[in-house]
Amino acid sequence: MLTFTIRRLVLAVPTLLFISLVIFLLLEMAPGDPMAQVPLTVPPEVKEKMREALGLGEPMPIRFWKWIVQFFWIEPQVLIDHYLGTSFSEGKLRVISWQTRSPVMDIVVQRIPQTLWVVGTAYIVAILIALPIGIYSAYRQYSWFDQMGTFVSMVGFSVPPFFSGVLVIVIFSVQLGWFPSIYDTTLVVNSWDSFVKQLQQMIMPVMVLALQITAQLSRFMRASMLDNLNQDYVRTARAKGLSEYVVVMVHVLRNSMIPVVTVIALGIPAIFGGAIITEQVFKVNGIGQLLIGAIQANDLPMVQTLTFIFAVLIVLFNLIADVLYGILDPRIRYD
Amino acid sequence: MTELSKTQTELNQPQPTKPPRSQWLDVWDQFKTHKGAMMGGVLFVLIVAGVYLGPFLWEIDATKIDIRARNQGPSMAHPFGTDQLGRDLLARMMAGGATSVSVGITAMLLALFLGSFVGVVAGFFKRLDGPLMRLTDLFLALPLLPLLLVMMLLFREPLNAAFGLEQGIFILIVTSIGITSWMPTARIVRGDVLALKEREFVLAARSIGTTNSKLITRHILPNVLSPIMVSATLGIATAIITESALSFLGLGFPPDFPTWGRLLFDGTDYLQQYPERVIWPGLAISLTVLSVNYLGDGLRDALDPRIRGR
Repeated sequence: MLTFTIRRLVLAVPTLLFISLVIFLLLEMAPGDPMAQVPLTVPPEVKEKMREALGLGEPMPIRFWKWIVQFFWIEPQVLIDHYLGTSFSEGKLRVISWQTRSPVMDIVVQRIPQTLWVVGTAYIVAILIALPIGIYSAYRQYSWFDQMGTFVSMVGFSVPPFFSGVLVIVIFSVQLGWFPSIYDTTLVVNSWDSFVKQLQQMIMPVMVLALQITAQLSRFMRASMLDNLNQDYVRTARAKGLSEYVVVMVHVLRNSMIPVVTVIALGIPAIFGGAIITEQVFKVNGIGQLLIGAIQANDLPMVQTLTFIFAVLIVLFNLIADVLYGILDPRIRYD
Repeated sequence: MTELSKTQTELNQPQPTKPPRSQWLDVWDQFKTHKGAMMGGVLFVLIVAGVYLGPFLWEIDATKIDIRARNQGPSMAHPFGTDQLGRDLLARMMAGGATSVSVGITAMLLALFLGSFVGVVAGFFKRLDGPLMRLTDLFLALPLLPLLLVMMLLFREPLNAAFGLEQGIFILIVTSIGITSWMPTARIVRGDVLALKEREFVLAARSIGTTNSKLITRHILPNVLSPIMVSATLGIATAIITESALSFLGLGFPPDFPTWGRLLFDGTDYLQQYPERVIWPGLAISLTVLSVNYLGDGLRDALDPRIRGR
């Protein structure tokens, strides 16, 4: 198992390098000019100097190499400095955003908590709802509960977040006035009132995200339970007189959780991507909104770094899913 | 003697009167029993007919501005009301639907072609299997929505200049959705081709000297048709949602060119006063996707010989 994990980790390096190259080459073709906002009165030679100051003067491979050095070598040093108070990164050039002229990672670090709060809560809520629904639907297959569950998850698949989000805004904040439609990130939770306020503003984005995740997860849980319910070991468990609760909730559930856990791990990066739209609808200033803003402002270092962070998440969670699968199911050890 | 009596009893057995049933008849019978799929299919046909044939019956131009009749509620003249520039919303919904459905179907066809091609080639030629599947894995590891957004930003202007505003953006959206959604199809098709390749009929065909290209087109492709068809229906759904999401984020079609996603995006500005402007396009997207998903569900059951006949 350890060799497998190490082999996968080693394989992840060329994958990530390839992805960063793809993103870099894509952005290389960008027609937008970072100097477009500079006034026309600025003479061309000064513009050329400014361009070089942004690091645009060098040929393409050198810039790619420099970006890799900045991202993989200098940024971790900054992180170490921040926590240990050392000064490894002193005087070294970090990835600078063209929009704000400040280090990209600083802005990303500011934005990540908002995204994590909303996405994380939504994911946990969705898992807590989806698993019982999936278990019960499979146990009572083709009952009215199962039919309802199928219909609701089909709706959950089909209603895109930019519609369900707007719909809950219309119902709960325009018509009923229960929740605010805009997520206030400046809110500091330090008292009961502010906690209630935080809860109120989180309910709608979490609901919208959770609906989608619940739809997918409950289907998976149901299918996986159905696969296991007809197995021989279930009959054995019943024959030796175990109670129905123990049979379903211990024997069947444990075995059906194996594929579901990997699906949960695989879904996490996709949720970060999907949260881009939800963040836009509810005006949560997380990393999704940062990406949209950077794309519209032609801020290439920011776009490159953010897209790459999404790619790292995908590769990382793929790896985690593979390893989890091997740990949970001893039959599938990749030796 | 015993041989003779055996043939006699065999001769006396009742002759089959009905002609042998074709595979597609079986599939259709199974499909009919799935109520959701039938309803989904009918609804999808109705929506497609509505958006393509509707403009012949409802002749108001989707881009005609009538500023005096702006912001009207539903009436006989404008069943869905009018928008802030007095454009008829029913006509805009139909025009938008035509674009959204066309994008969905074209992008699905492109993704299907790429996916089946990669899947068949990877499954059939052992030497190409490794590299092609690594490529598929790499594509699966790409963050798709951010990349789609970046592609929209980068290639909008060159393509607009080359093909004109609407044509350019249509080509851009269709190709970018197509080349970012072929991977699941490729994986499924490859798995099926790997299994099919070991079957006797492929060996038989090869032993009478069938060339590789004929073997693929005549023997392999018809047998992997069912997973391809299921991916096709689900592909339409994801393509429509992706296009609407891009339009909703303001990076899809230009403002004066309606699609369902764009109409929804425009409607959010008037959310408080006229919530119906958001609800109509949103409902249209959701219903289309829902019907297509049910259709795919039914097709999967109908095309699976292990379930069929039960």
